[in-house]
Amino acid sequence: MANLTINGKTFTLDVEPDTPLLWAIRENAGLTGTKYGCGIAQCGACTVHMDGVAIRSCGVSVSEAEGKKITTIEGLAAGDTLHKVQKAWIAQDVPQCGYCQSGMIMAVAALLSEKPKPTDADIDEAITNICRCGTFQQVREAIHTIASA
Amino acid sequence: MNKHVSPKMNRRAFVVGTAAVGAGLAIGLDLPFGGPAVVRAADGSPEVNAWVVVRPDDTVVIRIARSEMGQGSLTGLAQLVAEELECDWSKVTTEYPTPGQSVARKRVWGDFSTGGSRGIRSSQDYVRKGGATARVMLIEAAANEWKVPASECTVAKGVITHKASGKTTTYGKVAEAAAKLTPPADVKLKDPKDWTIAGKGLLRLDTADKTTGTMIYGIDVKLPGMLNAAIKDCPVFGGKLKSYDEAKIVGMKGVKKVVKVGDTAVAVVADTWWHAKTALEALPIVWDEGENAKVSSESIAKWLAEGLDNDQPAYVGNKNGDAKAAIASAAKKVEAVYNYPYQNHATMEPMNATALYTADKCEVWCGTQNGEAAFAATLEASGLPAEKCDVHKVMPGGGFGRRGQTDYVRQAVLIAKQMPGTPIKLLWSREEDMAHGRYHPITQCKMTGAFDANNNLVALHYRLSGQSILFSLRPEALQNGMDPAAFQGVAQSGEAAFGYSVPNLLIEHAMRNPHVPPGFWRGVNVNHNAIYMECFMDELAQAAGQDPLEFRRKLMGNHPKHLAVLNAVAEKIGWTKPAPQGVYRGIAQVMGYGSYVAGAAEISVTDGNKIKVHRIVASTDPGYVVNPAQVERQIAGSFVYGLSALFYGGCTVKDGKIEQTNFDTYNSMRINEMPKVESVMVPSGGFWGGVGEPTIGVAAPAVLNAYFAATGKRIRSVPLRDQNITFA
Repeated sequence: MANLTINGKTFTLDVEPDTPLLWAIRENAGLTGTKYGCGIAQCGACTVHMDGVAIRSCGVSVSEAEGKKITTIEGLAAGDTLHKVQKAWIAQDVPQCGYCQSGMIMAVAALLSEKPKPTDADIDEAITNICRCGTFQQVREAIHTIASA
Repeated sequence: MNKHVSPKMNRRAFVVGTAAVGAGLAIGLDLPFGGPAVVRAADGSPEVNAWVVVRPDDTVVIRIARSEMGQGSLTGLAQLVAEELECDWSKVTTEYPTPGQSVARKRVWGDFSTGGSRGIRSSQDYVRKGGATARVMLIEAAANEWKVPASECTVAKGVITHKASGKTTTYGKVAEAAAKLTPPADVKLKDPKDWTIAGKGLLRLDTADKTTGTMIYGIDVKLPGMLNAAIKDCPVFGGKLKSYDEAKIVGMKGVKKVVKVGDTAVAVVADTWWHAKTALEALPIVWDEGENAKVSSESIAKWLAEGLDNDQPAYVGNKNGDAKAAIASAAKKVEAVYNYPYQNHATMEPMNATALYTADKCEVWCGTQNGEAAFAATLEASGLPAEKCDVHKVMPGGGFGRRGQTDYVRQAVLIAKQMPGTPIKLLWSREEDMAHGRYHPITQCKMTGAFDANNNLVALHYRLSGQSILFSLRPEALQNGMDPAAFQGVAQSGEAAFGYSVPNLLIEHAMRNPHVPPGFWRGVNVNHNAIYMECFMDELAQAAGQDPLEFRRKLMGNHPKHLAVLNAVAEKIGWTKPAPQGVYRGIAQVMGYGSYVAGAAEISVTDGNKIKVHRIVASTDPGYVVNPAQVERQIAGSFVYGLSALFYGGCTVKDGKIEQTNFDTYNSMRINEMPKVESVMVPSGGFWGGVGEPTIGVAAPAVLNAYFAATGKRIRSVPLRDQNITFA
């Protein structure tokens, strides 16, 4: 059993303490917006926020996440109001297949909360998610649009 | 109907929607909404025809048979239908018919396969006619109601007007009556220059759910009572499952069952996938690896190298004059050998499918590039007839050719068949996905060019040795043993025609098929053929002491469309002007999938092995551009996919198995490595080419040729990581 705080709600989940947070989120809490891509913290598809910091949830155990504030893509919007990254993603048509974009959006949201006006170099350093469709150009442009708003 | 653009899609809606699908066709025949001839969508709205459903609130539902996998075809096809329909784009939504429904209606939606950059080009004619036919019927219904000639009625944005009487109505109001009319025998399609919806860079129809985590991919499918399966197939292709020790994992948490899947694989079924995967890793398995366990990358390379020898048999794909004789008597000759490795598609979402098997029905939910192929696999694996099976397409997390295959569908059904009544979601681990790809085929190529005393190219011999995809996947498409697709990009004519005129030309393929299963990997055979040919063109230009662009241009007089995109790229990148200090350029062109493409790169190289790509320019002539914003994304995405493969890709074989296991050993480009791609669209009209794949052909050679310009060194082997070359 583990108690996790995800998107402001407390979940009591029947999981072993070493279960990766990703799978507790997807299978036990039932929030499937967070994606599995590699399971070894390489691709970033499973990126969520833990106490406001972007982490790769496949590489963090449930026991490490207990007592922390977890935010997933489902909890990024404030009620019906989408987060500025989500709005920009829609306005600039960023996703292609979209599978990596939950993680990409969470990584970008974390970057912007730390650096509201990131340079290209900041983006290059902070955004290390794999996108096989190759949406990087739209990702970069959308970040700059948000920053200049 | 399996509505896949649904902001409110949750478990309940999904299950209910699915249940309605089964009854959908019957509803059309006897329910109270209209005449017996009207076919109805699941919500009761009338079909004007198979492509167009109009709801009473004027929402237009456009049916899409091809699969969306990120490439934008869903939106592009809807634009084409809406253009002819003259409906209000803001009221357009889309849905997928299921393959089972299509088969039951004599394949009214045509081909479902979504590969070969065919999504739009191969269906544009009949989907536009579907839109135009519906428009004619809707107007006729209004005219009948008003008792005026249809020719006096006009339509704009779904509002029909009879000017003389001042009457107006909307599509939603006349759809019932229109659905009962006899469709016109013939309709005239618009000239693309008059398009107002098609041809525009409209936003995609399926974006919102991809930003909120609500889009349902195959991995996200949930059904009541569903269990999860993890699988291991024999890591040596062609090997078999010998035994496994189930007792070792029986007590593990969540484990429900261990099942054999065909002759080659074993799966663990558990309450969660994490439990299934954990137990599978603990399961002792003995494989019968067979003879293929002796195969390695070295043994394959040796076998392919033998095929480069002119004494070995080969299929001739393109020929004029007598290349061998011309080379023998030439004043100067240049020879080079290149190779290109296996590549995994590495879609972001690993392969998966969910299957529910009962004694009288088998249903599958999955991302697929070919709904009908997935349907056929379901029939075969379940043993049930077509009327008892169906496949519900959900969004795939990438395709790139991999999801045109149905191995994962077959496995899911074979597992579900052993647990009747329980829905089973089979998900491959990334490691399984790396081990069981359908890989870009492996080849080598020996090229010989010959010059006369005035440095004119008089002969070219292009000898390819290696794997045929069709031999493995579509043997019926071979022509007297020859794989015509092997010549993609260097073919005599057709949709992937060679763009140079050489007086003595011989292009041939010594087919060698190792045991590693090949597949259609984005760009397919254009990839290596374009790298070989375009890098060698640079070598020939160098040997002739000529500028690479000018050298090409001289050979392209009879290929004006190839030349036009090359010129467009050269102009945009400023080929005739000096590059910035320390920056070097490379250029390449190819034709594939009916489109003409060219690319140029500006790079700098530090320490001889660290490449920074500063700038990429790419041009394409696909005939017509249905959505320029999406075409631009396909061009840029082709560079990311192609350069990822060039720098980081390459699957190697040891003991008959693929050695790479995950993104740590099969890496992919990140945002810091990828410059902006400046695309130049030069659609010349009169033909319909594809856009998802052709550009990948020029990605690698543009960079490799720039690397030579920067360093004086030729790279003839992919990937660059094997040569200690990486991104700066």
